Amino acid sequence: MTPFSYVRAADADAAVRHSGADAKYLGGGTNLVDLMRETIERPGTLVDVTGLSAGITETDGGGLLIGAAVRNTALAEHGLVRRRYPMLARAIVAGASPQIRNMATVAGNILQRTRCAYFYDRAGSRCNKRQPGRGCDAIDGFNRMHAILGASPSCVATHPSDMCVALAALDATVHVSSADGERRLPFADLHRLPGDAPDLDTVLLPGDLITAVELPPLALAERSTYRKVRDRSSYAFALVSVAAALSVENGTVTDVRLALGGVAHKPWRASKAEQALRGQPATEAAFRVAAAAELAAAEPLRDNTFKVELAQRTIVAVLGELAGVEVTGGGA
Amino acid sequence: MGVIVNGTDVELPDDPRVSLLDLLREGLHLSGTKKGCDQGACGACTVLVDGQRILSCLALAVQYEGRSVTTIEGLGDEGALHPLQQAFIEHDGFQCGYCTPGQICSAVGMIEELRRGVPSHVTADLAATAIPCSRDELRERMSGNLCRCGAHNGIMDAIAETYGAETHREAAE
Ligand SMILES: Cc1cc2nc3c(=O)[nH]c(=O)nc-3n(C[C@H](O)[C@H](O)[C@H](O)COP(=O)(O)OP(=O)(O)OC[C@H]3O[C@@H](n4cnc5c(N)ncnc54)[C@H](O)[C@@H]3O)c2cc1C
Ligand code: SF4
Ligand code: FES
Ligand code: FES
Repeated sequence: MTPFSYVRAADADAAVRHSGADAKYLGGGTNLVDLMRETIERPGTLVDVTGLSAGITETDGGGLLIGAAVRNTALAEHGLVRRRYPMLARAIVAGASPQIRNMATVAGNILQRTRCAYFYDRAGSRCNKRQPGRGCDAIDGFNRMHAILGASPSCVATHPSDMCVALAALDATVHVSSADGERRLPFADLHRLPGDAPDLDTVLLPGDLITAVELPPLALAERSTYRKVRDRSSYAFALVSVAAALSVENGTVTDVRLALGGVAHKPWRASKAEQALRGQPATEAAFRVAAAAELAAAEPLRDNTFKVELAQRTIVAVLGELAGVEVTGGGA
Repeated sequence: MGVIVNGTDVELPDDPRVSLLDLLREGLHLSGTKKGCDQGACGACTVLVDGQRILSCLALAVQYEGRSVTTIEGLGDEGALHPLQQAFIEHDGFQCGYCTPGQICSAVGMIEELRRGVPSHVTADLAATAIPCSRDELRERMSGNLCRCGAHNGIMDAIAETYGAETHREAAE
């Protein structure tokens, strides 16, 4: 680890005041400390922001305002989250380990970096995310865990968060503070696709502080879930995951929210599938058509062709579960 | 202000790079807490902070100023074993023993989470406030602690026995 100084910020204003070009905010540290130890991140100052709001409050409209410093465990165990947004609680407890969830904060989880092994291998691999312009060893390397949607010739990494897949499906809003004041942005617009600047994971600027995440009231989310497919049944990153909420009336899909994890550089809102589903009968055939519509643009790599089929089957299975419709699985 | 370790006030290191794990092992010579991977993947370094289990390898010591840390040395000693320590002996909950302190600290934190009603990946009913103390729940909740010797069955038996009748080995197993 390169040397740094450590300060604790009492509140958002103090945190923003401390943030200089060379500073990074510190949440639980479960990602940043690891990356600093690998000297992939080398901040000169760490501004500990775990003293920021760790509260979860109901908004006037019946949504939820979640402080940036809320720990992952606290969010998953909150009664209103479990009842109104079960997909969010399920996504969180599908991620990492209980110890890590006790440490990790909401903002830190959102801004965690990719687990691409070449990104981590500072000594031996080329990586455009680490060193822009150097090349990407994943594109022709072992890329089983990598992206099938929205990737670019410069980076095929995936965003590793489970929680974020639910936030993408739930139309969350992110509250940001900076020296220029406060602003809000849709969660869906926070993370970027890699394009030709894969070093930038999000649209945030240096010094931008996430202060809260807001969930809108969303009645259909009460019937929602999260399914994660991984190489072992616990404590592994997703190959593919699906967050979904579904509302069905008289056998017809009236509304749906769908997002995918493990497939792209950002949590992937499956808008095409949503569009294909609204107004359709809640049947396996319709679910398959929708899943195929979303994955039509997939461009798999050497080792991850399987994800295209896996993503579709998982979408169909999850929609089937929410609709109470038996699905047989099988090819799309 | 420093950090409280097993009830004793301890000075924080001057260098903020020191992890809580290195403070415990190298600074305080509390070598019960183990360094397995040093990157959050194995659970060997699990300690309790104000009763909550965390990974001391991913923690900078300075982050825990004013907090109360309990390590395996604070849970029991040779003269007075913690009930879990006794159960690990009786159920062959270890072979080499390297993962054991982390397993035991983790289990102590785990049972508090379960009793508080924190859901897990295998909890069927999210709305339920009381979560069954089943073997499936225990196994999932202990999945952040790896054991290279494969002593998991003994570990599960020890935890199940210590924390209640509902957790006895299910007939199907
Ligand atoms: C072994 C292992 C397995 C894991 N498995 C999974 C998994 O299966 N699924 C999953 O989703 N995650 C997994 N994780 C990742 C884990 O969820 C993240 O490390 C964690 O959520 C990060 O939160 P933190 O508070 O510790 O972030 P930190 O490490 O403190 O920070 C992460 C980033 O966020 C920035 N940041 C923090 N707070 C703010 C703020 N308020 N404003 C602006 N920037 C901020 C930091 O500067 C840093 O860049 C795993 C991690 C490990 C080590
Ligand atoms: S996929 Fe992205 S993160 Fe991985 S090596 Fe290529 S550029 Fe780096
Ligand atoms: S040493 Fe901390 S998790 Fe392995
Ligand atoms: S007893 Fe050897 S690692 Fe668990």
